[in-house]
Amino acid sequence: MNTLAPFFIFPNGSSVSWPAVPVFSITKLVRVTGELLDRGARICSWFGVQDHEETCLVAILAMDSESVLGVARSEPISGSYPSLTPRYPQAHLFEREVWEQHGLVPLGHPWIKPVRHANGTAPANAPFFRVDGGEVHEVAVGPVHAGVIEPGHFRFQCQGEEVLHLEIALGYQHRGVEEHMGGGPHRATMSQMETVSGDATIAHATAHAMVMESLAGIEAPLRAQWLRALALELERLANHTGDMGALAGDVAFLPTMSACGKIRGDFLNLTALMCGNRFGRGLIRPGGCRHDLDPQRLQTLKARLETHLADVEQATAWFWDAASVRVRFLNVGVVHTSQASDIGLVGPAARASGLVRDVRYDHPAGWHRFSQAPVAVWPSGDILARARVKSLEIQRSGRYLLEQLDGPVDGDILAPAPVPAPESLTAALVEGWRGEVCHAALTDHSGRFRRYKITDPSFHNWTGLALSLRGTAISDFPLCNKSFTLSYCGFDL
Amino acid sequence: MEVLDILARLLVWLVLAPLLPGIINKVKAWVACRQGPPVLQLYFDLARLWSKGVVMSTMASPGFLIAPAVAWVAVVAAAMLMPLGRAGCIFSFDGDVLLLVYLLALARFSTAWGAMETGSAFEGMGAAREVSFAVLAEIGIITAILTLALESGSISLASMFTPPPGPGAALLAVGLFIILLAENCRVPFDDPNTHLELTMIHEVMVLDHSGPPFALILHGAAVKMMLFSALLVQAVLPLAHMPLGLSLAAMAGGIVLVVVAVGLVESLTARLAFRRVPLLLTIGFLFCLFPLLLTWMEGVL
Repeated sequence: MNTLAPFFIFPNGSSVSWPAVPVFSITKLVRVTGELLDRGARICSWFGVQDHEETCLVAILAMDSESVLGVARSEPISGSYPSLTPRYPQAHLFEREVWEQHGLVPLGHPWIKPVRHANGTAPANAPFFRVDGGEVHEVAVGPVHAGVIEPGHFRFQCQGEEVLHLEIALGYQHRGVEEHMGGGPHRATMSQMETVSGDATIAHATAHAMVMESLAGIEAPLRAQWLRALALELERLANHTGDMGALAGDVAFLPTMSACGKIRGDFLNLTALMCGNRFGRGLIRPGGCRHDLDPQRLQTLKARLETHLADVEQATAWFWDAASVRVRFLNVGVVHTSQASDIGLVGPAARASGLVRDVRYDHPAGWHRFSQAPVAVWPSGDILARARVKSLEIQRSGRYLLEQLDGPVDGDILAPAPVPAPESLTAALVEGWRGEVCHAALTDHSGRFRRYKITDPSFHNWTGLALSLRGTAISDFPLCNKSFTLSYCGFDL
Repeated sequence: MEVLDILARLLVWLVLAPLLPGIINKVKAWVACRQGPPVLQLYFDLARLWSKGVVMSTMASPGFLIAPAVAWVAVVAAAMLMPLGRAGCIFSFDGDVLLLVYLLALARFSTAWGAMETGSAFEGMGAAREVSFAVLAEIGIITAILTLALESGSISLASMFTPPPGPGAALLAVGLFIILLAENCRVPFDDPNTHLELTMIHEVMVLDHSGPPFALILHGAAVKMMLFSALLVQAVLPLAHMPLGLSLAAMAGGIVLVVVAVGLVESLTARLAFRRVPLLLTIGFLFCLFPLLLTWMEGVL
């Protein structure tokens, strides 16, 4: 049974030799991709690979129900191609990105403008969508914000307090992460991968390590996979707890805000207990992990984890018990299930719109092949649902961690550094706390990176934030924003 | 002698008012198990702001600087009309209660004027919100004043606080407390601590002010808080019939109790969504309306 045919089928975290990737004409690639999307696949990554003066388009799709990924590419092209976006909105940012990076024009794309930069000018200089009318006013927020957060520009079209349309312009933090990877891996590569989005260090580091291992055709030792799974859940706990506190802060509900701010730090300290760094930097390396969890520290970790989980349970209970809090979240910032699947949401935001979409469950790799936490789903698509999903994931990740800590596996933690095979393509998906982190890599004839493509979950989800604002009061924007908690630098790369 | 008396009474208002935000913040910190800023923090802030320069937008006219001064003078003038228990008030004449209402409206107009001067989308939004909600809050104040006037048969603040004990006083206390929260931009109407411009009402109107004008705005807000607390306490307790010492002690205790209550509300509830603000303000208005009906019916029966 091959629902992704004629794409090449492979499981998460495995590689395929470049010549074995099916090559279609560009019109056929677009047509077949559309047919597969109709059948329930979704786009994980869509990028160009430079081939002399021309560009091959590569499509990586995921068929969640079959737990497989599919890949295909186009013949080298230049100029233009028929756009997927009018029928499949989830492709819109990918097509804009390809246009920006390779100059391929998606014909029929309704809103073609730069994603990150345009000839050195700031992204906000591009024209914004405008609503005309005597009662309509425009509010510009950012790129400098009042809080200590990252830069991004938000352009609201409002009628009174109601938002008619929101357009988000990012790219202020473009660092050239992908460009630096060309000819790699370099000495600095691992550190760079850990800071693609600093609060998702473990997710991005794990994805990169999986890429390196699958290109070399090896697997990290089982104990290292176990350690990575622990660190990934600790990262989720810390960030979700911080989010719950921030959501409480935005509605001026002080008890949960104060408590969660502190408990987030407690969870970060558990990651520090594992590897000496609160964000898990230096823990994961291609081939395994660098720091082991000896039995004594494991017992400390477990005891402290139990305390902190009880604390966060209490702090979120205050939050859910307060009617004044729930009423702020109910039916505000709704993204309907059909919208969520059209724009290809991932992570907690997708699950809060009723989509059962979790890489740990759909495309298990590493330790998640042996044990999984139940997927937390809530159907309503509003802020309440997104908070609810995070709250549920805190409980379930906590329980999962306690189970895994009871059953450690023995063995090495670090295999010799993997050497990537030449002319190979691989894709690695990891369910970070924000959602699906996708790293895809293609090696050249000498085994160096020819193309490295990172898709942070924020790349899929910023459109979700823009949609959730339609018909919502502008004063609820900070709440909606916090309920998605997207990364600016992970998007800007 | 009389001048000295007036100055002394004025100083009580000007010097004591900045204590109230300090007490609120201390209560909030205490509930959250934090140490919190010192009670005198606002005095330090005022001193710091007073010694700073003013940053002014090139878009703004001198009205940007005049508006906070007008607002401050209006609020302080309103405070001079408000008696403090048996100690009485600084100025008094028949019908001064109407002047109080108009002075508060003038202060609000000036703040909105100063906000519009900057031409910023944020401040325009804040001004629109402030004046929209003020319409509902003012109905509440006027109803409460009507109740007090009907109870006492006087329209001078100096002699109109003679609340009879009973359900009317309790209802009035709740109504005035809700209006106090709205007028002073506290949770659940506004969040004085937020940094999110899009959600602010009062804070966003003063976003571009700095230096001495901003000090005036902060000080004026503290005086307004004391003004409303004094109104609330006297609308409930018959302070004018107590001995001077007891009256002043009850006044001070009452005001502290009110601001502690504000701190507790702020610690334990979330903010309202804007679309629900009119609902709560209407409830505040109704709490003021029922005592009016009670007093009126007593007269008829």
